[in-house]
Amino acid sequence: MWANLWGGIRGLFGKRKVEQELDDELRDFLDKSIADKLRTGMTREEAHRAARLEMGGVEVVKENVRSASWETHIETLWSDLRFGARLLRFNKVFAGAAILSLALGIGANTAIFQLLDAVRMRTLPVKNPQELASVRIDERHGFSGSSSGRYSDLTYAMWEQIRAQQQAFSSIFSWSPTEFNISASGEVHDVQALWVSGEFFEALGVEPALGRLLTPADDHLGCGSPGVVISYSFWQREYAGDRSVVGRTISVNRHPFQIIGVDAAGFYGVEMGRYFDIAAPLCAEPIVDGAEYAMLPRRDSWWLATMGRLKPGWNTERASVQLRTISTGIFEAVLPPEFNHEQAKRFLTYRLGAFPAGTGVSSLREDYENPLWLLLALAALVLVIASANLANLLLARASAREREMGMRMAVGASRSRLIRQLLAESLLLAAIGATLGTLLAHSLSQLLVASLNTQNNPLFVDLGTDWRMLGFTIALTVSTCILFGLAPALRATSISPSIVLKESGRGTTEGGSRFGLRRILVVSQIALSLTLLVGALLFARSLGKLAAVDAGFQREGILLTDIDFTPLNLPAERRISFAKELLDRIQAIPGVDSAATASTIPLSGNMEIHDILPGVSGSASENSPSAFDRVSPGFFRTLQTPLIAGRDFDEHDVAGSPLVAIVNETFARKIVKSGNPVGALLRVRRMSKISGPYQIVGLVKDTKYSDLREDPLEIIYTPNAQNDRPGTDEQILVRSRLPLASLISDIKSMANDVNPDMDVSFDVYHRMIEEGLLRDRLMARLSGFFGVLAVLLAVIGLYGVISYMVARRRNEIGIRMSLGADRRSIIALVLRESLLLLSIGLALGVALALGASRAAASMLFGLKPHDATTLITATVILAAIALAASYVPALRASKLDPMAALRNE
Amino acid sequence: MTDTSATLVQGTLDMLILKTLALEPLHGWGISQRIQQLSHGVFEVNPGSLFPAFRRLERSGLLECEWKTSENNRRAKYYSLTKAGRQKLKSETKEWERQVAAIARILQTAS
Repeated sequence: MWANLWGGIRGLFGKRKVEQELDDELRDFLDKSIADKLRTGMTREEAHRAARLEMGGVEVVKENVRSASWETHIETLWSDLRFGARLLRFNKVFAGAAILSLALGIGANTAIFQLLDAVRMRTLPVKNPQELASVRIDERHGFSGSSSGRYSDLTYAMWEQIRAQQQAFSSIFSWSPTEFNISASGEVHDVQALWVSGEFFEALGVEPALGRLLTPADDHLGCGSPGVVISYSFWQREYAGDRSVVGRTISVNRHPFQIIGVDAAGFYGVEMGRYFDIAAPLCAEPIVDGAEYAMLPRRDSWWLATMGRLKPGWNTERASVQLRTISTGIFEAVLPPEFNHEQAKRFLTYRLGAFPAGTGVSSLREDYENPLWLLLALAALVLVIASANLANLLLARASAREREMGMRMAVGASRSRLIRQLLAESLLLAAIGATLGTLLAHSLSQLLVASLNTQNNPLFVDLGTDWRMLGFTIALTVSTCILFGLAPALRATSISPSIVLKESGRGTTEGGSRFGLRRILVVSQIALSLTLLVGALLFARSLGKLAAVDAGFQREGILLTDIDFTPLNLPAERRISFAKELLDRIQAIPGVDSAATASTIPLSGNMEIHDILPGVSGSASENSPSAFDRVSPGFFRTLQTPLIAGRDFDEHDVAGSPLVAIVNETFARKIVKSGNPVGALLRVRRMSKISGPYQIVGLVKDTKYSDLREDPLEIIYTPNAQNDRPGTDEQILVRSRLPLASLISDIKSMANDVNPDMDVSFDVYHRMIEEGLLRDRLMARLSGFFGVLAVLLAVIGLYGVISYMVARRRNEIGIRMSLGADRRSIIALVLRESLLLLSIGLALGVALALGASRAAASMLFGLKPHDATTLITATVILAAIALAASYVPALRASKLDPMAALRNE
Repeated sequence: MTDTSATLVQGTLDMLILKTLALEPLHGWGISQRIQQLSHGVFEVNPGSLFPAFRRLERSGLLECEWKTSENNRRAKYYSLTKAGRQKLKSETKEWERQVAAIARILQTAS
């Protein structure tokens, strides 16, 4: 082993000496052989001849000796690479184009794979992540009650029961993502936070970097103001790594908490794609959120996600079985008392299950996994098209090098040796392309993450390189290299040396199959690029349709203002008048056209749904659900939603006056079953409590409620002033022509005048709605980018092949011209060729696109994946560009001087 | 190899080289002559397979080499066995004898 290694290294670096020794040794052998033969009586001449014959070719022997050593292969590869590099230097345009297209292709693939790797494949950076499983309700379709956070799987009561009764986990914990306002007064400063049960850090095996972490002892009901843990990155960012941070106080929603420790660097919770700044025990939730809004004591409040570490010998199936057996008892024990009969019935059918969670949970993954796979497929197609282009170029060069190859084979080079050398050249191209591509990928993936990162959805994606990334890039490079390098290499060497050497220059016409491969490549490029173009157009049109959806209101020119007056501790009976005062003051700001409050801002993603019972009396079984919104007078004017019949709410619709409601068209059609519902009476059931009767006083046009993609929902609006449970937080829609900055500062100073203790925050309404289209915009942009790239590459390929054809057929064209063919017929001759390739490619492409676009079906809005308009548009665009590209060589052909073409040999 | 000489059984050349060197260090020519003599001219080893075998054995750490001045005052490369080479020879010989005996038994029963 050592002898081998040492000998090899000596062979590599002391090459001259080793070769010299081999020479000496062989000469010595020869001399001795001659001397021996002289002794047997041969003449000197005979002895020389015999000895040489015995030895065979000295060079052959040397070659055999060399090939018994591994370093020779490295050397050959090295010299092949050097030769390849020299050829590429001579061919700068070719090399530049090849490397650029490879870098783009490999870069795009790697970037998307990097994201997929980060959100999909990587396991959580905690101890033994494969042992983690999440516990939630199996197949929970719909639920009753209120939910908060991205993983509202369970209620606190359920968590307590599960912790007490489960047997599958050695440790189990609950958590819930939230935001904390850490500013003690004045402007809101929100940071990312986690509610965690006391077991959280222990179960995940996270160590403190400073101080201590939370333990079960910190998390007990009625714990008052316990300590909180801050994350390492927050410690660095906010406290510059100051070690005296432990013991300091931090304000959480204006309540002081003590910092007890900092967690280890690199831990970001169990949610992929997110991070946290502060972790506080669950028991502090009622203090931070206030008794009125506390989720912990409420049995119909869904806000927790639960995970556990499986005991040795347990898997998720076995754990699920155990969880199912305890489910009935648990759900009976935690049934929310406010549920009505139907809600209770559904609640009691729930069953718990365990699900693998080694890769954590991730809403980012749920939203983007499929789009990313699709994008990876698109990027791979682009790379295939780029490879086809390279193969085409290399094939063209292969035919130019036929004579060289023939010559080398004639003097004894083996075919495999030549193929290896040609592949080394391709490998060089691929490696340079991959290196640049990897550099590009890093910026690309960061750009991708940045484009998904919004104020309301701050992301943290660890884009570090790992073995999977590295493996992917290497596999990609090698397969690309083989894809574009192997066929030309085989082609170039599949010739009989004698034929090539005999053949002088080019023939009169091009007949061989040599050219057929290039045609096939171009046809597949056209087919693939049509597919990509169809995809790009589908996503672009889908986005266009989404952006142009009539939401039923005018989203431009509205500033969302959230005023939270919880810190003022107003009694319930004063809140409505206080909210009205805030609204009046905003309306009084010069330049404000109108303003209104709403309990649910349309398209914010929030929903409130209650059952509607028609009439003033009757059985509760006859009910239908409707979306709900409590608004102030002027809401419809502010949103510019047309009032079709009846009236808007006014200042007479207050507590104590008859209950009134406004409904939308769908509500009128489906629930009241009347074109004009004004005057109809109905009741509203929240949980088991029935209120009413309400009289319908107005009918408005349908509007979108929680999502632009939804079909029109039934919506009922009631006056905010008749709310019997007014809150301490008002969302105000402000329509104004004022510049944003001055409007914001006017509202701020107004709020400051009223009471500086209120929390005020702002959002531009149309921007918030656009954030909901983030995924669609991303898909449209990236698929558009890939589509353009694909078409560009395919057209370059077609152009190359047509130009090549023209060059090969110069003689023929010259003859035709001298026999009287005019320029138009020459152009037609060339274009016929490209039309043939184009139409085969397009036909294949249409078939391919029809099959492939089905993968995008679920991501499209308002159009089917086999949308005819899109297909036709894409075909026409591609055909037009392709014909334009082949017109150039056709024109060149028609301008040939027939004499020159014929003379030129 | 000339027509009169037998073809070496695959893989035995290495063993023969090791055996030849068991007595004393030799140079390439010496080794080829020794094999020829010991086999009474049955095996004639040509340089085209001999030298690659040297390189192979040297790399496997079974042989070591030394440059010495030979009889006619020329530099010659002398090969000798390493410790690993001796062990290899022993095990190869044993294995060879086992196989030959087995083949002989088969041939006897067949006749």
